[in-house]
Amino acid sequence: MTSIAQRPPLLTMSHIEKTFGGDVVALRDMDLTVNEGDFLSLLGPSGCGKSTVLRLISDLMHPTRGKIEWAGGQGSDDLGVVFQEPTLMPWATVAQNVYLPFRLKGMTYDRVQDDIQEALRLVGLAQFQDAYPRELSGGMKMRVSIARAMVTKPRLILMDEPFAALDEITRFKLNNDLLELKAAIDCTVIFVTHSVFESVFLSDRIVVMAARPGRVIHELEVNTPYPRHEDFRTSAEYAAHTRAASEALGEAIGEAA
Amino acid sequence: MTIADQAPVAPVVDEEEAARARKDRIHRVAKWTLPSLVMVLSVLAWHLYVTLNEVPHYILPGPLVVAQSIFDDWGLLWPAMLTTTRLTVLALIFAIIGGVALAVAFTQSKWAEMSFFPYAVILQVTPVIAIAPLLQIYMDSAFGAALACAWIVAFFPILSNTTIGLKSADHNLEDLFTIYGASRWQRLRYLAAPSALPFFLGGLKIAGGLALIGAVVAEFVIGRAGTGLGLASTLLEASYRFNFGRLYAALILISGMGVVIFAITSLISHLALRKWHESAMMRER
Repeated sequence: MTSIAQRPPLLTMSHIEKTFGGDVVALRDMDLTVNEGDFLSLLGPSGCGKSTVLRLISDLMHPTRGKIEWAGGQGSDDLGVVFQEPTLMPWATVAQNVYLPFRLKGMTYDRVQDDIQEALRLVGLAQFQDAYPRELSGGMKMRVSIARAMVTKPRLILMDEPFAALDEITRFKLNNDLLELKAAIDCTVIFVTHSVFESVFLSDRIVVMAARPGRVIHELEVNTPYPRHEDFRTSAEYAAHTRAASEALGEAIGEAA
Repeated sequence: MTIADQAPVAPVVDEEEAARARKDRIHRVAKWTLPSLVMVLSVLAWHLYVTLNEVPHYILPGPLVVAQSIFDDWGLLWPAMLTTTRLTVLALIFAIIGGVALAVAFTQSKWAEMSFFPYAVILQVTPVIAIAPLLQIYMDSAFGAALACAWIVAFFPILSNTTIGLKSADHNLEDLFTIYGASRWQRLRYLAAPSALPFFLGGLKIAGGLALIGAVVAEFVIGRAGTGLGLASTLLEASYRFNFGRLYAALILISGMGVVIFAITSLISHLALRKWHESAMMRER
Protein backbone atom coordinates (compact mmCIF):
# COMPACT_ATOMS: atom_id res chain seq x y z
CA MET A 1 0.00 0.00 0.00
CA THR A 2 1.28 3.43 -0.92
CA SER A 3 1.99 5.93 1.83
CA ILE A 4 -0.76 8.38 2.55
CA ALA A 5 1.00 11.37 1.02
CA GLN A 6 1.27 9.62 -2.35
CA ARG A 7 -2.37 8.62 -2.64
CA PRO A 8 -4.54 10.54 -5.11
CA PRO A 9 -7.45 12.39 -3.53
CA LEU A 10 -10.92 10.83 -3.83
CA LEU A 11 -12.98 13.62 -2.38
CA THR A 12 -12.33 16.99 -0.86
CA MET A 13 -14.54 18.80 1.62
CA SER A 14 -13.70 22.47 1.87
CA HIS A 15 -15.00 25.02 4.36
CA ILE A 16 -18.05 22.92 5.10
CA GLU A 17 -20.59 24.40 7.42
CA LYS A 18 -23.86 22.74 8.40
CA THR A 19 -26.48 24.43 10.51
CA PHE A 20 -29.73 22.93 11.79
CA GLY A 21 -32.78 25.01 12.58
CA GLY A 22 -30.86 28.23 12.05
CA ASP A 23 -28.84 28.17 15.25
CA VAL A 24 -27.45 24.69 15.93
CA VAL A 25 -24.07 24.52 14.24
CA ALA A 26 -23.32 20.84 13.53
CA LEU A 27 -20.15 21.55 11.55
CA ARG A 28 -18.06 24.67 11.22
CA ASP A 29 -15.39 25.36 8.65
CA MET A 30 -14.51 21.73 8.13
CA ASP A 31 -11.78 20.79 5.68
CA LEU A 32 -11.06 17.17 4.90
CA THR A 33 -9.45 15.40 2.01
CA VAL A 34 -10.09 11.68 1.68
CA ASN A 35 -7.54 9.84 -0.46
CA GLU A 36 -8.03 6.72 -2.50
CA GLY A 37 -7.20 3.72 -0.35
CA ASP A 38 -7.49 5.51 2.98
CA PHE A 39 -8.89 3.76 5.98
CA LEU A 40 -9.95 6.94 7.68
CA SER A 41 -11.51 7.01 11.12
CA LEU A 42 -13.57 9.93 12.35
CA LEU A 43 -13.08 9.88 16.11
CA GLY A 44 -14.86 12.16 18.52
CA PRO A 45 -17.39 12.59 21.30
CA SER A 46 -21.14 12.47 20.70
CA GLY A 47 -22.49 15.51 18.93
CA CYS A 48 -19.27 16.38 17.12
CA GLY A 49 -20.90 15.96 13.73
CA LYS A 50 -19.27 12.66 12.71
CA SER A 51 -22.49 11.23 11.37
CA THR A 52 -23.35 14.53 9.71
CA VAL A 53 -20.12 14.25 7.71
CA LEU A 54 -21.24 10.85 6.42
CA ARG A 55 -24.69 12.15 5.55
CA LEU A 56 -23.14 15.02 3.62
CA ILE A 57 -20.82 12.71 1.71
CA SER A 58 -23.66 10.34 0.85
CA ASP A 59 -25.71 13.29 -0.41
CA LEU A 60 -28.55 12.64 2.04
CA MET A 61 -27.97 16.18 3.23
CA HIS A 62 -26.48 19.31 1.70
CA PRO A 63 -23.99 21.64 3.35
CA THR A 64 -25.18 25.08 4.41
CA ARG A 65 -21.89 26.47 3.12
CA GLY A 66 -18.81 25.05 1.46
CA LYS A 67 -18.54 22.24 -1.05
CA ILE A 68 -17.69 18.63 -1.53
CA GLU A 69 -15.76 17.74 -4.65
CA TRP A 70 -15.23 14.26 -6.00
CA ALA A 71 -12.15 13.42 -8.04
CA GLY A 72 -13.02 13.05 -11.72
CA GLY A 73 -16.36 14.76 -11.18
CA GLN A 74 -17.86 11.55 -9.98
CA GLY A 75 -20.84 11.74 -7.65
CA SER A 76 -21.90 9.88 -4.60
CA ASP A 77 -23.49 7.05 -6.57
CA ASP A 78 -20.56 4.70 -6.08
CA LEU A 79 -20.98 4.16 -2.37
CA GLY A 80 -21.51 1.42 0.15
CA VAL A 81 -22.99 2.26 3.53
CA VAL A 82 -23.09 0.43 6.85
CA PHE A 83 -25.20 1.91 9.64
CA GLN A 84 -24.98 1.40 13.38
CA GLU A 85 -27.91 -1.00 13.10
CA PRO A 86 -27.66 -3.85 10.59
CA THR A 87 -30.65 -2.30 8.76
CA LEU A 88 -31.68 -5.46 6.93
CA MET A 89 -35.04 -6.10 5.33
CA PRO A 90 -36.63 -8.63 7.72
CA TRP A 91 -38.87 -10.03 4.97
CA ALA A 92 -35.96 -10.95 2.72
CA THR A 93 -33.37 -13.72 2.97
CA VAL A 94 -29.69 -12.99 3.51
CA ALA A 95 -28.97 -13.38 -0.22
CA GLN A 96 -31.91 -11.14 -1.17
CA ASN A 97 -30.67 -8.48 1.25
CA VAL A 98 -27.22 -8.53 -0.29
CA TYR A 99 -28.83 -8.40 -3.74
CA LEU A 100 -30.57 -5.10 -2.89
CA PRO A 101 -28.02 -2.64 -4.36
CA PHE A 102 -28.02 -4.55 -7.66
CA ARG A 103 -31.79 -4.87 -7.68
CA LEU A 104 -32.14 -1.10 -7.32
CA LYS A 105 -29.78 -0.67 -10.26
CA GLY A 106 -32.07 -2.90 -12.29
CA MET A 107 -29.81 -5.96 -12.54
CA THR A 108 -31.31 -9.44 -12.49
CA TYR A 109 -30.38 -11.83 -9.70
CA ASP A 110 -28.93 -14.38 -12.12
CA ARG A 111 -26.51 -11.87 -13.52
CA VAL A 112 -25.01 -10.93 -10.15
CA GLN A 113 -25.44 -14.22 -8.33
CA ASP A 114 -21.70 -14.87 -8.35
CA ASP A 115 -20.93 -11.48 -6.82
CA ILE A 116 -23.46 -12.13 -4.06
CA GLN A 117 -21.99 -15.58 -3.33
CA GLU A 118 -18.51 -14.09 -3.26
CA ALA A 119 -19.50 -11.29 -0.86
CA LEU A 120 -21.21 -13.77 1.46
CA ARG A 121 -18.18 -16.04 1.33
CA LEU A 122 -15.89 -13.12 2.24
CA VAL A 123 -17.96 -12.30 5.34
CA GLY A 124 -18.16 -16.00 6.24
CA LEU A 125 -21.89 -16.46 5.71
CA ALA A 126 -21.94 -18.59 2.56
CA GLN A 127 -24.04 -21.29 4.18
CA PHE A 128 -26.59 -18.80 5.55
CA GLN A 129 -27.76 -17.30 2.28
CA ASP A 130 -31.30 -18.64 2.61
CA ALA A 131 -31.70 -17.67 6.28
CA TYR A 132 -33.89 -14.76 7.38
CA PRO A 133 -32.30 -11.96 9.44
CA ARG A 134 -34.20 -12.92 12.60
CA GLU A 135 -32.44 -16.26 12.61
CA LEU A 136 -29.01 -14.61 12.83
CA SER A 137 -27.02 -13.23 15.78
CA GLY A 138 -26.19 -9.51 16.03
CA GLY A 139 -22.69 -10.06 14.68
CA MET A 140 -23.93 -12.13 11.75
CA LYS A 141 -26.53 -9.50 10.83
CA MET A 142 -23.77 -6.92 10.77
CA ARG A 143 -21.76 -9.18 8.46
CA VAL A 144 -24.72 -9.29 6.08
CA SER A 145 -24.87 -5.52 6.22
CA ILE A 146 -21.16 -5.32 5.36
CA ALA A 147 -21.58 -7.83 2.54
CA ARG A 148 -24.38 -5.67 1.11
CA ALA A 149 -22.19 -2.55 1.29
CA MET A 150 -19.26 -4.17 -0.52
CA VAL A 151 -21.05 -6.40 -3.01
CA THR A 152 -21.01 -3.75 -5.75
CA LYS A 153 -17.29 -3.16 -5.11
CA PRO A 154 -17.78 0.56 -4.49
CA ARG A 155 -14.84 2.93 -4.37
CA LEU A 156 -15.92 4.28 -1.01
CA ILE A 157 -17.59 2.59 1.96
CA LEU A 158 -19.07 4.69 4.77
CA MET A 159 -19.43 3.04 8.16
CA ASP A 160 -21.30 4.79 10.97
CA GLU A 161 -20.29 3.16 14.27
CA PRO A 162 -21.17 -0.24 12.85
CA PHE A 163 -19.88 -2.30 15.78
CA ALA A 164 -20.93 -0.05 18.67
CA ALA A 165 -23.83 -2.27 19.67
CA LEU A 166 -21.85 -5.52 19.61
CA ASP A 167 -20.00 -7.21 22.43
CA GLU A 168 -16.23 -6.76 22.57
CA ILE A 169 -15.30 -10.27 21.45
CA THR A 170 -17.55 -10.05 18.39
CA ARG A 171 -16.25 -6.56 17.69
CA PHE A 172 -12.60 -7.66 17.72
CA LYS A 173 -13.40 -10.49 15.36
CA LEU A 174 -15.25 -8.18 13.00
CA ASN A 175 -12.40 -5.65 13.15
CA ASN A 176 -9.97 -8.32 11.96
CA ASP A 177 -12.33 -9.45 9.22
CA LEU A 178 -13.00 -5.91 8.08
CA LEU A 179 -9.31 -5.32 7.42
CA GLU A 180 -9.16 -8.49 5.34
CA LEU A 181 -12.24 -7.42 3.42
CA LYS A 182 -10.85 -4.01 2.67
CA ALA A 183 -7.67 -5.57 1.35
CA ALA A 184 -9.72 -8.00 -0.74
CA ILE A 185 -11.84 -5.42 -2.52
CA ASP A 186 -9.36 -2.55 -2.42
CA CYS A 187 -11.62 0.35 -1.54
CA THR A 188 -11.58 3.48 0.60
CA VAL A 189 -13.28 3.43 4.00
CA ILE A 190 -14.53 6.24 6.21
CA PHE A 191 -15.26 4.79 9.61
CA VAL A 192 -17.06 6.72 12.34
CA THR A 193 -16.33 5.56 15.87
CA HIS A 194 -15.99 6.77 19.43
CA SER A 195 -13.59 4.00 20.32
CA VAL A 196 -9.91 4.95 20.38
CA PHE A 197 -8.90 1.28 20.25
CA GLU A 198 -11.02 0.54 17.24
CA SER A 199 -9.75 3.57 15.33
CA VAL A 200 -6.09 2.72 15.99
CA PHE A 201 -6.45 -0.94 15.11
CA LEU A 202 -8.35 -0.33 11.89
CA SER A 203 -7.23 2.88 10.32
CA ASP A 204 -4.16 4.54 8.87
CA ARG A 205 -5.63 8.01 9.34
CA ILE A 206 -7.49 9.19 12.43
CA VAL A 207 -9.31 12.49 12.21
CA VAL A 208 -10.24 13.71 15.68
CA MET A 209 -13.26 15.97 15.93
CA ALA A 210 -14.57 18.20 18.73
CA ALA A 211 -18.18 19.13 19.39
CA ARG A 212 -20.19 22.35 19.60
CA PRO A 213 -19.45 23.36 16.94
CA GLY A 214 -18.31 20.18 15.18
CA ARG A 215 -14.86 20.61 13.70
CA VAL A 216 -11.56 18.81 13.07
CA ILE A 217 -8.98 19.48 15.77
CA HIS A 218 -6.31 16.82 15.13
CA GLU A 219 -5.20 14.41 12.53
CA LEU A 220 -3.06 11.40 13.36
CA GLU A 221 -1.37 8.86 11.17
CA VAL A 222 -1.13 5.20 12.16
CA ASN A 223 1.78 4.10 10.03
CA THR A 224 1.80 0.44 11.03
CA PRO A 225 1.60 -1.42 7.73
CA TYR A 226 -1.24 -3.76 6.83
CA PRO A 227 -2.00 -6.61 7.14
CA ARG A 228 -2.46 -6.10 10.85
CA HIS A 229 -3.29 -9.09 12.95
CA GLU A 230 -4.44 -9.81 16.45
CA ASP A 231 -0.86 -9.43 17.82
CA PHE A 232 -0.92 -5.75 16.80
CA ARG A 233 -3.34 -5.17 19.68
CA THR A 234 -0.69 -6.14 22.22
CA SER A 235 2.29 -4.40 20.56
CA ALA A 236 4.15 -1.36 21.92
CA GLU A 237 3.39 0.48 18.69
CA TYR A 238 -0.34 0.02 19.24
CA ALA A 239 0.00 1.29 22.80
CA ALA A 240 1.84 4.41 21.60
CA HIS A 241 -0.75 5.18 18.93
CA THR A 242 -3.56 4.56 21.38
CA ARG A 243 -2.00 6.99 23.84
CA ALA A 244 -1.64 9.69 21.19
CA ALA A 245 -5.21 9.20 20.01
CA SER A 246 -6.51 9.22 23.58
CA GLU A 247 -4.73 12.50 24.26
CA ALA A 248 -6.19 14.03 21.12
CA LEU A 249 -9.66 12.78 22.04
CA GLY A 250 -9.21 14.10 25.59
CA GLU A 251 -8.43 17.48 24.14
CA ALA A 252 -11.53 17.28 21.93
CA ILE A 253 -13.71 16.48 24.93
CA GLY A 254 -12.04 19.20 27.01
CA GLU A 255 -12.69 21.82 24.33
CA ALA A 256 -16.33 20.96 24.13
CA ALA A 257 -16.92 21.20 27.86
CA MET B 1 -20.68 -29.20 38.45
CA THR B 2 -18.19 -31.93 37.66
CA ILE B 3 -18.42 -34.31 34.77
CA ALA B 4 -19.27 -37.18 37.12
CA ASP B 5 -22.43 -35.37 38.20
CA GLN B 6 -23.93 -35.66 34.78
CA ALA B 7 -25.57 -38.83 33.68
CA PRO B 8 -23.70 -39.99 30.58
CA VAL B 9 -26.91 -41.37 29.03
CA ALA B 10 -29.42 -39.73 26.71
CA PRO B 11 -30.00 -35.98 26.42
CA VAL B 12 -30.57 -34.39 29.81
CA VAL B 13 -34.13 -33.20 30.34
CA ASP B 14 -34.32 -31.38 33.64
CA GLU B 15 -37.45 -31.19 35.72
CA GLU B 16 -38.40 -27.74 34.52
CA GLU B 17 -38.28 -28.79 30.88
CA ALA B 18 -40.20 -31.99 31.57
CA ALA B 19 -42.88 -30.00 33.39
CA ARG B 20 -43.06 -27.56 30.49
CA ALA B 21 -43.41 -30.35 27.95
CA ARG B 22 -46.18 -31.88 30.03
CA LYS B 23 -47.95 -28.53 30.26
CA ASP B 24 -47.64 -28.02 26.50
CA ARG B 25 -49.21 -31.41 25.80
CA ILE B 26 -52.10 -30.68 28.15
CA HIS B 27 -52.59 -27.24 26.59
CA ARG B 28 -52.71 -28.68 23.08
CA VAL B 29 -55.51 -31.05 24.03
CA ALA B 30 -57.38 -28.60 26.25
CA LYS B 31 -57.39 -25.93 23.55
CA TRP B 32 -59.93 -28.02 21.60
CA THR B 33 -61.64 -30.13 24.23
CA LEU B 34 -62.52 -27.34 26.69
CA PRO B 35 -64.46 -25.11 24.26
CA SER B 36 -66.16 -28.22 22.81
CA LEU B 37 -67.16 -29.28 26.29
CA VAL B 38 -68.52 -25.81 27.09
CA MET B 39 -70.50 -25.96 23.83
CA VAL B 40 -72.00 -29.36 24.60
CA LEU B 41 -72.86 -28.39 28.17
CA SER B 42 -74.46 -25.09 27.11
CA VAL B 43 -76.60 -26.77 24.47
CA LEU B 44 -77.60 -29.39 27.02
CA ALA B 45 -78.47 -26.73 29.61
CA TRP B 46 -80.44 -24.86 26.96
CA HIS B 47 -82.32 -28.01 26.06
CA LEU B 48 -83.07 -28.88 29.71
CA TYR B 49 -84.17 -25.35 30.52
CA VAL B 50 -86.59 -25.26 27.59
CA THR B 51 -88.07 -28.73 28.16
CA LEU B 52 -88.25 -28.65 31.98
CA ASN B 53 -89.82 -25.19 32.09
CA GLU B 54 -91.94 -25.87 29.05
CA VAL B 55 -90.84 -22.57 27.47
CA PRO B 56 -93.01 -21.88 24.40
CA HIS B 57 -91.34 -21.86 20.94
CA TYR B 58 -92.09 -18.22 20.27
CA ILE B 59 -90.07 -17.18 23.34
CA LEU B 60 -87.11 -19.53 23.20
CA PRO B 61 -86.99 -22.51 20.84
CA GLY B 62 -84.96 -25.47 22.06
CA PRO B 63 -81.85 -26.66 20.25
CA LEU B 64 -83.75 -29.50 18.64
CA VAL B 65 -86.28 -27.10 17.13
CA VAL B 66 -83.44 -24.92 15.78
CA ALA B 67 -81.69 -27.95 14.32
CA GLN B 68 -84.96 -29.03 12.76
CA SER B 69 -85.35 -25.52 11.32
CA ILE B 70 -81.92 -25.55 9.73
CA PHE B 71 -82.82 -28.87 8.15
CA ASP B 72 -86.37 -28.01 7.06
CA ASP B 73 -85.66 -24.46 5.89
CA TRP B 74 -82.39 -25.31 4.17
CA GLY B 75 -83.93 -24.54 0.80
CA LEU B 76 -84.55 -21.01 2.04
CA LEU B 77 -81.49 -20.52 4.22
CA TRP B 78 -78.88 -21.76 1.76
CA PRO B 79 -79.63 -19.26 -1.05
CA ALA B 80 -79.90 -16.51 1.58
CA MET B 81 -76.52 -17.48 2.93
CA LEU B 82 -75.05 -17.42 -0.57
CA THR B 83 -76.40 -13.90 -1.05
CA THR B 84 -74.96 -12.69 2.25
CA THR B 85 -71.66 -14.39 1.46
CA ARG B 86 -71.51 -12.75 -1.95
CA LEU B 87 -72.32 -9.39 -0.38
CA THR B 88 -69.65 -9.77 2.29
CA VAL B 89 -66.92 -11.11 0.01
CA LEU B 90 -67.53 -8.50 -2.69
CA ALA B 91 -67.58 -5.71 -0.10
CA LEU B 92 -64.30 -6.99 1.31
CA ILE B 93 -62.68 -7.27 -2.13
CA PHE B 94 -63.73 -3.73 -3.07
CA ALA B 95 -62.59 -2.52 0.35
CA ILE B 96 -59.17 -4.06 -0.25
CA ILE B 97 -58.89 -2.56 -3.73
CA GLY B 98 -60.17 0.85 -2.66
CA GLY B 99 -58.36 0.96 0.66
CA VAL B 100 -54.99 -0.09 -0.72
CA ALA B 101 -55.26 2.15 -3.78
CA LEU B 102 -56.14 5.17 -1.69
CA ALA B 103 -53.43 4.38 0.88
CA VAL B 104 -50.86 4.22 -1.91
CA ALA B 105 -52.18 7.51 -3.33
CA PHE B 106 -51.97 9.10 0.11
CA THR B 107 -48.40 8.02 0.68
CA GLN B 108 -47.30 8.95 -2.83
CA SER B 109 -48.81 12.39 -2.67
CA LYS B 110 -48.96 14.53 0.44
CA TRP B 111 -51.47 16.75 -1.39
CA ALA B 112 -53.86 13.86 -2.01
CA GLU B 113 -53.69 12.91 1.65
CA MET B 114 -54.27 16.44 2.88
CA SER B 115 -57.22 16.86 0.50
CA PHE B 116 -59.03 13.57 0.97
CA PHE B 117 -58.13 12.01 4.30
CA PRO B 118 -60.63 14.10 6.31
CA TYR B 119 -63.41 12.85 4.03
CA ALA B 120 -62.37 9.24 4.48
CA VAL B 121 -62.72 9.84 8.22
CA ILE B 122 -66.14 11.46 7.82
CA LEU B 123 -67.29 8.53 5.70
CA GLN B 124 -66.14 6.22 8.45
CA VAL B 125 -67.62 8.02 11.47
CA THR B 126 -71.04 8.57 9.91
CA PRO B 127 -73.09 5.55 11.03
CA VAL B 128 -73.76 3.41 7.99
CA ILE B 129 -77.27 2.73 9.20
CA ALA B 130 -78.00 6.41 8.66
CA ILE B 131 -76.70 6.35 5.07
CA ALA B 132 -78.36 3.11 4.05
CA PRO B 133 -81.87 4.51 3.38
CA LEU B 134 -80.34 7.18 1.13
CA LEU B 135 -78.32 4.63 -0.80
CA GLN B 136 -81.48 2.64 -1.26
CA ILE B 137 -83.19 5.63 -2.83
CA TYR B 138 -80.29 6.55 -5.11
CA MET B 139 -79.39 3.05 -6.26
CA ASP B 140 -81.72 0.91 -8.32
CA SER B 141 -80.51 -2.43 -7.12
CA ALA B 142 -81.01 -3.39 -3.47
CA PHE B 143 -77.95 -5.60 -3.72
CA GLY B 144 -75.89 -2.67 -4.99
CA ALA B 145 -77.05 -0.44 -2.16
CA ALA B 146 -76.31 -3.10 0.43
CA LEU B 147 -72.92 -3.68 -1.14
CA ALA B 148 -72.12 0.03 -0.87
CA CYS B 149 -73.03 -0.02 2.83
CA ALA B 150 -70.88 -3.03 3.61
CA TRP B 151 -68.04 -1.51 1.59
CA ILE B 152 -68.10 1.76 3.53
CA VAL B 153 -67.80 -0.11 6.81
CA ALA B 154 -65.04 -2.48 5.69
CA PHE B 155 -62.98 0.03 3.78
CA PHE B 156 -61.63 2.26 6.54
CA PRO B 157 -59.53 -0.20 8.58
CA ILE B 158 -57.79 -1.27 5.38
CA LEU B 159 -57.12 2.33 4.37
CA SER B 160 -55.92 3.47 7.77
CA ASN B 161 -53.77 0.42 8.54
CA THR B 162 -52.20 0.31 5.08
CA THR B 163 -51.45 4.04 5.19
CA ILE B 164 -49.66 3.69 8.52
CA GLY B 165 -47.87 0.58 7.25
CA LEU B 166 -46.64 2.24 4.07
CA LYS B 167 -45.11 4.98 6.19
CA SER B 168 -43.52 2.66 8.72
CA ALA B 169 -40.43 1.59 6.79
CA ASP B 170 -37.10 1.67 8.66
CA HIS B 171 -35.57 5.14 8.26
CA ASN B 172 -32.09 3.82 7.64
CA LEU B 173 -33.46 1.59 4.89
CA GLU B 174 -35.15 4.68 3.43
CA ASP B 175 -31.77 6.39 3.41
CA LEU B 176 -30.14 3.36 1.85
CA PHE B 177 -32.72 3.36 -0.95
CA THR B 178 -32.00 7.06 -1.51
CA ILE B 179 -28.25 6.44 -1.64
CA TYR B 180 -28.72 3.67 -4.20
CA GLY B 181 -30.90 6.00 -6.26
CA ALA B 182 -34.10 3.95 -5.99
CA SER B 183 -37.04 5.11 -8.08
CA ARG B 184 -40.43 5.89 -6.57
CA TRP B 185 -41.76 2.58 -7.85
CA GLN B 186 -38.81 0.59 -6.44
CA ARG B 187 -39.24 2.27 -3.09
CA LEU B 188 -42.92 1.33 -3.05
CA ARG B 189 -42.42 -2.20 -4.33
CA TYR B 190 -39.36 -3.26 -2.35
CA LEU B 191 -39.58 -1.18 0.82
CA ALA B 192 -42.96 0.40 1.59
CA ALA B 193 -45.14 -2.52 0.48
CA PRO B 194 -43.36 -5.26 2.47
CA SER B 195 -43.18 -2.93 5.51
CA ALA B 196 -46.94 -2.36 5.19
CA LEU B 197 -47.87 -6.02 4.82
CA PRO B 198 -48.29 -6.85 8.54
CA PHE B 199 -50.35 -3.68 9.04
CA PHE B 200 -52.50 -4.43 5.99
CA LEU B 201 -53.16 -7.97 7.20
CA GLY B 202 -54.15 -6.65 10.62
CA GLY B 203 -56.60 -4.33 8.85
CA LEU B 204 -57.86 -7.22 6.73
CA LYS B 205 -58.80 -9.23 9.82
CA ILE B 206 -60.84 -6.33 11.16
CA ALA B 207 -62.34 -5.53 7.76
CA GLY B 208 -63.44 -9.15 7.23
CA GLY B 209 -65.59 -9.02 10.36
CA LEU B 210 -66.81 -5.53 9.57
CA ALA B 211 -67.81 -6.47 6.01
CA LEU B 212 -70.15 -9.08 7.47
CA ILE B 213 -71.53 -6.63 10.02
CA GLY B 214 -72.00 -4.06 7.25
CA ALA B 215 -73.79 -6.64 5.12
CA VAL B 216 -76.11 -7.59 7.99
CA VAL B 217 -76.93 -3.97 8.82
CA ALA B 218 -77.56 -3.21 5.16
CA GLU B 219 -79.87 -6.20 4.82
CA PHE B 220 -81.79 -5.11 7.89
CA VAL B 221 -82.34 -1.64 6.52
CA ILE B 222 -82.58 -2.30 2.79
CA GLY B 223 -83.87 -5.86 2.75
CA ARG B 224 -86.83 -4.78 4.86
CA ALA B 225 -88.60 -3.39 1.82
CA GLY B 226 -89.48 -6.90 0.73
CA THR B 227 -86.41 -7.31 -1.43
CA GLY B 228 -85.51 -10.49 0.43
CA LEU B 229 -81.77 -10.13 0.35
CA GLY B 230 -79.82 -12.57 2.48
CA LEU B 231 -79.60 -14.23 5.87
CA ALA B 232 -80.17 -11.08 7.88
CA SER B 233 -83.32 -10.31 5.89
CA THR B 234 -84.46 -13.86 6.51
CA LEU B 235 -83.76 -13.41 10.20
CA LEU B 236 -85.75 -10.19 10.35
CA GLU B 237 -88.63 -11.69 8.45
CA ALA B 238 -88.65 -14.73 10.75
CA SER B 239 -88.88 -12.43 13.74
CA TYR B 240 -91.98 -10.74 12.30
CA ARG B 241 -93.57 -14.14 11.88
CA PHE B 242 -92.56 -15.32 15.32
CA ASN B 243 -90.76 -18.19 13.60
CA PHE B 244 -88.05 -18.30 16.24
CA GLY B 245 -86.69 -21.62 15.11
CA ARG B 246 -85.77 -20.08 11.76
CA LEU B 247 -84.55 -16.90 13.42
CA TYR B 248 -82.07 -18.86 15.54
CA ALA B 249 -81.08 -20.97 12.56
CA ALA B 250 -80.24 -17.81 10.57
CA LEU B 251 -78.40 -16.35 13.55
CA ILE B 252 -76.26 -19.46 13.93
CA LEU B 253 -75.39 -19.46 10.24
CA ILE B 254 -74.39 -15.77 10.38
CA SER B 255 -72.15 -16.47 13.38
CA GLY B 256 -70.68 -19.42 11.52
CA MET B 257 -69.88 -17.16 8.56
CA GLY B 258 -68.14 -14.72 10.89
CA VAL B 259 -66.02 -17.49 12.33
CA VAL B 260 -65.08 -18.78 8.87
CA ILE B 261 -64.11 -15.27 7.69
CA PHE B 262 -61.95 -14.78 10.76
CA ALA B 263 -60.31 -18.17 10.28
CA ILE B 264 -59.55 -17.49 6.61
CA THR B 265 -58.09 -14.01 7.19
CA SER B 266 -56.02 -15.32 10.11
CA LEU B 267 -54.71 -18.15 7.97
CA ILE B 268 -53.77 -15.75 5.16
CA SER B 269 -52.00 -13.54 7.66
CA HIS B 270 -50.13 -16.45 9.18
CA LEU B 271 -49.01 -17.83 5.82
CA ALA B 272 -47.81 -14.44 4.61
CA LEU B 273 -45.84 -13.54 7.74
CA ARG B 274 -44.67 -16.80 9.26
CA LYS B 275 -41.18 -16.64 7.77
CA TRP B 276 -40.20 -13.24 9.11
CA HIS B 277 -42.65 -11.30 11.24
CA GLU B 278 -42.59 -11.39 15.04
CA SER B 279 -46.38 -11.68 15.27
CA ALA B 280 -46.30 -15.05 13.52
CA MET B 281 -43.38 -16.47 15.48
CA MET B 282 -43.42 -19.19 18.06
CA ARG B 283 -41.52 -17.84 21.01
CA GLU B 284 -39.18 -19.89 23.14
CA ARG B 285 -40.00 -19.34 26.77
